[in-house]
Amino acid sequence: MSNTTTNPQKPTAVQTTGHAWDGDLQEFNNPLPRWWLWAFYATVVFAIGYWFVYPAWPVGGSWTKGFASATFSVGGKEQTMRWNTRSELLQDLDSGAGAVRQREYLQKIASADLEQVRQDPKMQDFVRQAGKVLFGTNCAACHGSGGQGVIGQFPALNDDDWLWGGTVDDIRRTLIGGRNGFMPAFREALTPAQADDVAQYVLTLSGIVQPDEAAERGKAIFHGSVGGCYYCHGDAGKGIKSMGAANLSDKIWTLVDVNATATVADKHALVRSVIWNGVQNRRQMPAFGHRLSDAEIKLLAFYVHQLGGGQ
Amino acid sequence: MAEAEVQLYQKRLPIHPRSVQGRFRNIKYAVLALAYSVYFLLPWVRWERPMGVNQALLFDIPGRKFYVFDLVVQAQDIFWLAGLLVIAAMLLFFVTGVAGRVFCGYFCFQTLWTDVFVLIERWVQGERPARLRLAKQPWDAEKRRKMLTTWGLWLATSFLTGLTFTLYWADAPTLVWQMLTLSAPFPAYATTFLLTSTTFVMAGLAREQVCTYMCPYARFQSVMFDRDTLIIAYDQKRGEGTAGRARITKEMKTREERAAAGIGDCIDCGYCVQVCPVGIDIRKGLQLQCISCALCVDACDSIMDNLGWPRRLIAYTSDNAQQGKPTRVLKPKTLGYGVALAAAIVALGWSVATREPLDVSVEQVRQPLSVTLSDGRIQNSYEIKLNSKVTAPGRVRIAISGLDGAELDLGGLDVVTLDPEQRLRVMAKIKLTMSGSGGRREFQFVLTPDGALGQAPIRLPVTFHGP
Repeated sequence: MSNTTTNPQKPTAVQTTGHAWDGDLQEFNNPLPRWWLWAFYATVVFAIGYWFVYPAWPVGGSWTKGFASATFSVGGKEQTMRWNTRSELLQDLDSGAGAVRQREYLQKIASADLEQVRQDPKMQDFVRQAGKVLFGTNCAACHGSGGQGVIGQFPALNDDDWLWGGTVDDIRRTLIGGRNGFMPAFREALTPAQADDVAQYVLTLSGIVQPDEAAERGKAIFHGSVGGCYYCHGDAGKGIKSMGAANLSDKIWTLVDVNATATVADKHALVRSVIWNGVQNRRQMPAFGHRLSDAEIKLLAFYVHQLGGGQ
Repeated sequence: MAEAEVQLYQKRLPIHPRSVQGRFRNIKYAVLALAYSVYFLLPWVRWERPMGVNQALLFDIPGRKFYVFDLVVQAQDIFWLAGLLVIAAMLLFFVTGVAGRVFCGYFCFQTLWTDVFVLIERWVQGERPARLRLAKQPWDAEKRRKMLTTWGLWLATSFLTGLTFTLYWADAPTLVWQMLTLSAPFPAYATTFLLTSTTFVMAGLAREQVCTYMCPYARFQSVMFDRDTLIIAYDQKRGEGTAGRARITKEMKTREERAAAGIGDCIDCGYCVQVCPVGIDIRKGLQLQCISCALCVDACDSIMDNLGWPRRLIAYTSDNAQQGKPTRVLKPKTLGYGVALAAAIVALGWSVATREPLDVSVEQVRQPLSVTLSDGRIQNSYEIKLNSKVTAPGRVRIAISGLDGAELDLGGLDVVTLDPEQRLRVMAKIKLTMSGSGGRREFQFVLTPDGALGQAPIRLPVTFHGP
């Protein structure tokens, strides 16, 4: 009795598939619409088409590449690659709507001067957003993501004190050519007592201590031929940008964290250590002139300029 | 083995619904006329705005803005869409719980477009018997001409439907001109093609198969049914009597004669079956295929009217009413859906009505929080985000209050001019002399808009951090 096509319990009800097990166990037949079957075949045909167009099948250590391709230019050279998500990304970076708009803005930046950028809130916005990305890629590793720097190693870029100058042009020059900060160690030239005196004088420059006898002695060494500090730091101790010599008369210390210590004795010891040891081989900034385009350098200069206190 | 062979897949049985006139058919025509007028004309309605597009309803995807008459919906207002969807869902639950598949029967675009396609079919090929004849006829000149005309008109309707849909996403006159001169963006052609083909296939060829096999709403609306829900049903007792239904014969013509013989009021004319767009016999009871279009009600009523018998042999009724019990409409389920629906409408309406013309926020630059300047002052930086949500230009003056002796440096942008719908970030630096280290000071940014951006100053509380 395995070939009945009706349900014996409800003869008028749904048709069964005709199988019966254990005497009365049967399967209803509620047929699918035929178009559903054709839709299924259509998806199979689609899949076969897909194999030919896109990367699909693993073959040994490789895979079928598909016929689709993506064209884009990298560094001015036109390239065509088989389509994959990577080539699509490259194409998007080259000719996507965002890339085109970014290029337009970069061109505007390349021909703009500081005043034009300042007058245009949209351009300022672009400088901050696009500059942040460039800064993150190229500068943040040393100078910190906010340009806060590390005292003693990498100068802070978000304050208004500039070793090598804080105009947009100064910053561009720094970016293009790099910098190498240097200060000789005075342990050869000065006695320990003389170094103490010079440190005392330096502290008077920014008003941390009042002038006293030691400072007077230090002043003579600073401005005389024994120390010769004024060659680089200037007569008033305000530093000389062309040499990257620090301004000693302001409240910012870039090599030792004088502001963070509480007692004058500690501040004195920190300043003295700089005089004694000098600065060698730890204030080097690489040149970015050959790594970044002119427009990118200019964008970065604007970005750094607005971080804290460009001039 | 005399039984028919088992078929695992079933060919669609063609349905050729007969036309009918009546109350519900008129309501459906009215809904159809309204829906088509709105759908086809809305993209062409112009709307005066100080700036931007002048189309009354435009979904600008690349610009991330929806223009809805005087309302401009921006990306951050997307939760309004969530509100709209909640309202739509609640409305569906509420209406279905009380009145059954009203949406399917009167408002669903599948029903509306199928209606129009059937109208075209009838206009070209004639009434149901003529169409049945034509279907059986070999592919001679007459059939070829009629079928090609039908398909051509279907295709034209489908194309207009697809094109109109596309017009909601771009400026309508511009896009039509671009389409004609083959200079429109690819997505416009793709959307039009997709909508044209789906309309043709769904409304012309698939029809009730969509409702029965594809549509999830059809299935889950039955979950909202209960014994009080309005359904379209055949009055079994009245129609069948005790001896079943029977055609009118010479011997048994009047209702009284039939009643005496135990025969019901159904004269088995089959009109209700012929008008059904999904091809069911409503006399077999409530079926999942039934979209509650009420055409069988009109059909049966017209027969009863001709006979001079009372209407409502097939009628809107409820399961309880059929069994002689009262139908309850006010009950916790209905009230619950009603309250939720009202709450969602009020919440969305309130949110839209009280929207701010200017969206502002301020965020402190945290890397680092504070910077010591060369003159010993402390500097904190803040990023102020301004977002104009109006279609007119305006200005915002930025100032601070509650921080004595502080200098506000906006790089010369103390008054920011905002273009219509512009988003802008402004960097504000605050310089302050602080004695000692550490310490925090609370203060406020005061943003004073003018013109279309509002009048009242907006105060944004922030903190100044010492080193």
